Amino acid sequence: MANLASEFVGIKSPNPFWLASAPPTDKEYNVRRAFEAGWGGVVWKTLGLDGAPVVNVSGPRYGAIYGPDRRLMGLNNIELITDRPLEVNLREIKAVKRDYPDRAMVVSLMVPCDEESWKFVLKQVEDTEADGVELNFGCPHGMAERGMGSAVGQVPEYIEMVTRWVKANSRMPCIVKLTPNITDIRRPAEAAKRGGADAVSLINTINSITSVNLDSFAPEPTIDGKGTHGGYCGPAVKPIALNMVAEIARNPATAGLPISGIGGVTTWRDAAEFMALGAHNVQACTAVMTYGFKIVQEMISGLSEYMDTKGFTSTGQIVGRAVPNVTDWQYLNLNYVTKAVIDQDKCIKCGRCYAACEDTSHQAIAMGADRVFTVKDEDCVACNLCVDVCPVENCITMKELPVGATDPRTGRKVEPYANWTTHPNNPMAKAAE
Amino acid sequence: MTTSQLTPGVVAGRLRAGDYCTNFADVAPPLDGHEARVAADRCYFCHDAPCITACPTGIDIPLFIRQIATGTPMAAARTILSQNIFGGICARVCPTETLCEGACVREAAEGKPVEIGALQRFATDTMMRAGPQPFGRAAASGRRVAVVGAGPAGLACAHRLALLGHEVTVFDARPKLGGLNEYGIASYKAPGGFAQAEVDWLMQIGGITFEGACALGRDIMLDGLRADFDAVFLGLGLGGVNALGIPGEDLPHVTPATDFIADLRQASDLAMLPVGRNVVVIGGGMTAIDAAVQAKLLGAETVTIAYRRSRAQMPASRVEQDHATANGVKIVEHAAPVAIHGAGAVAEVEFAYTAEGAQGLHTLPETFRLKADQVLTAIGQKLGALPEGLTLAGRKVAVTGAGRTSLPGVWAGGDCTPGGEDLTVTAVAQGRDAADDIHASLMA
Repeated sequence: MANLASEFVGIKSPNPFWLASAPPTDKEYNVRRAFEAGWGGVVWKTLGLDGAPVVNVSGPRYGAIYGPDRRLMGLNNIELITDRPLEVNLREIKAVKRDYPDRAMVVSLMVPCDEESWKFVLKQVEDTEADGVELNFGCPHGMAERGMGSAVGQVPEYIEMVTRWVKANSRMPCIVKLTPNITDIRRPAEAAKRGGADAVSLINTINSITSVNLDSFAPEPTIDGKGTHGGYCGPAVKPIALNMVAEIARNPATAGLPISGIGGVTTWRDAAEFMALGAHNVQACTAVMTYGFKIVQEMISGLSEYMDTKGFTSTGQIVGRAVPNVTDWQYLNLNYVTKAVIDQDKCIKCGRCYAACEDTSHQAIAMGADRVFTVKDEDCVACNLCVDVCPVENCITMKELPVGATDPRTGRKVEPYANWTTHPNNPMAKAAE
Repeated sequence: MTTSQLTPGVVAGRLRAGDYCTNFADVAPPLDGHEARVAADRCYFCHDAPCITACPTGIDIPLFIRQIATGTPMAAARTILSQNIFGGICARVCPTETLCEGACVREAAEGKPVEIGALQRFATDTMMRAGPQPFGRAAASGRRVAVVGAGPAGLACAHRLALLGHEVTVFDARPKLGGLNEYGIASYKAPGGFAQAEVDWLMQIGGITFEGACALGRDIMLDGLRADFDAVFLGLGLGGVNALGIPGEDLPHVTPATDFIADLRQASDLAMLPVGRNVVVIGGGMTAIDAAVQAKLLGAETVTIAYRRSRAQMPASRVEQDHATANGVKIVEHAAPVAIHGAGAVAEVEFAYTAEGAQGLHTLPETFRLKADQVLTAIGQKLGALPEGLTLAGRKVAVTGAGRTSLPGVWAGGDCTPGGEDLTVTAVAQGRDAADDIHASLMA
């Protein structure tokens, strides 16, 4: 079994699987259960200032999007930060960290935008012996209306300012949690780095309305006839999160800045993908809210098996391995030609590939007698839609045409690598060097 | 002269040569990767899952299915085999419809449980194809344990003991390892020599010596084992069969179904194996089903299972019964044998109709007869001769806790002890748990 031990901004944990700041990490009881189940660390649910705690709705707090078979694909929540007294949370954090010294204990924070508030809360957290803090600049609902959460995260100058305060007033590693509800994720990450952040974590949840009740004409979840946008998360958001993580990892201004990857992490494979795109560890939430803490066992065994298969001896060998292969469109090889191939032994003759190609793509699949579906190479642009809609894994695959072969669609020979920057159709093209 | 299904008497070669292969092929062919992925996707990953509770070996079924779903069948196999080293054969022979799959919440929801048995086979087959058994042994303890009986209980016990660092000698009256896995299970449930392949794979753990053709009470004595070893585990199984106790029972071609199955399992050429034209199987358990179906597959013209109670009360599950009827076996319920008739060989079996009354089951005056040139009895098995000193509980070896017998240093498990339902999986659980208890006791 591969060694999954992980170190993130100096914080050690037995594996790179942490629980994100969220309902599962709101209480000592839950966090102890999580550690017993095997989670490597937690980010405790966001603490606010001392005094009267926030109040949550007592109607539904969550709404869901389902895939087939009622598989929960996306979750939306309108819960706020912890609604338990600061002092209670701090006492519990200290007790749990004392009993689980090998696990990562990071505390999420969200207080008003003034240095004194941050100074106050940081001192309180330091006294718990927690390993670090995560600044919640991401929460998109409720708290943002009060000038916190994503209201800060959407203004890079505020991110930088608050991060600077935190670094000036605490010895603890500081992770800045970013909101995806912006246009360019690189800007807030750069701001966090300028402010002295030790790492960023992303993504927080995405503004969303999961559904509308067509009898009451109110958004779900509905509180007494009204609804509001909530934070969307779960497997459905993973592609958005992967892209944002990769953007930060390959941005020269933030390259090397440690990243904690968040967004739909459910299996070992999700975790490995985030790590390959530059995340040093991952945080999960919706998956445990769906299946319970035990899923970490699959993540541990799966990542171990994968690493053994690949001959990796530390998780660090996965981190960033795919980043050099993330590029801009203009650098993609325009001479790369593939053709779809349908494996007739695997084909169950559903015809979905035909419908997709005939109606919405390039009319490159023929339907013969007996429902035999074949690809017309002379029409196939290799869009991959047939692969994507085929219900049978690996039934349709893409076959690469080697350099020198003739593409039946264009009648031209496949040339070696060349991209848009040198393409004759590009008015800005430069001569190839 | 060639024989056919219509040839009277008990003869071999009723079928064409190629038919045997077809008839005795895998009754439940394995899932391919796509099928496994689709099947695994249906698991809800229940909390404190009912399927785990229903599994006598307590395999973490939701976890192993999730591991299959995420493309790591080797990890899935490890999850299975760490609880049940016979996960491969159990995937094939367990009555899953009454165990894990019967408890599956999707059985309640849709009447279609997750295919747990088939998924377990997918994972364990993947690992067994990949190579050696995956467990390493602990440092040598210097302790030696004798295991009597090389069936599922004995070998599960031996494997766990070897894993824990002990040296184990396994004794069995039969020449081969495997017990009922090798001699007692319908061959279409584990074709291709699977039972032996699994045992060979299991034995790779090392530290286990096998002494075959070595019977307790004949070649070895319990007292001797107790003197020579630090502990003894008895996984004796049930060596005897219950008699019908009716006239004509001693006629030729009236035999225990277990013997018929064992002969079939060990036959090198099924075409050489004689079977009756009209076969009557008496009993209602898995042995009756296995014998009846295989008699039919060997070419018997008619095969009838006669059971004294109703079909609902048969120990064999509905799935097993349906398997029998789908293969052309007729099941007659409420029929108690009263005599076997024939001059020199069996010709007919006479049954009395039965009814359930306030006083339990009783026979009615009316009887009927079934033509038979072969009768297989499957009305239960019983303990063979036992060594002195063991206390009995009813008709089995009494045990407390994890298989502790009345004799110090002697444990027992499997079919020779009460508590199980004479299932392979129960025997494995008992052997394993006894091994842990033996270990705790030796290392105390």
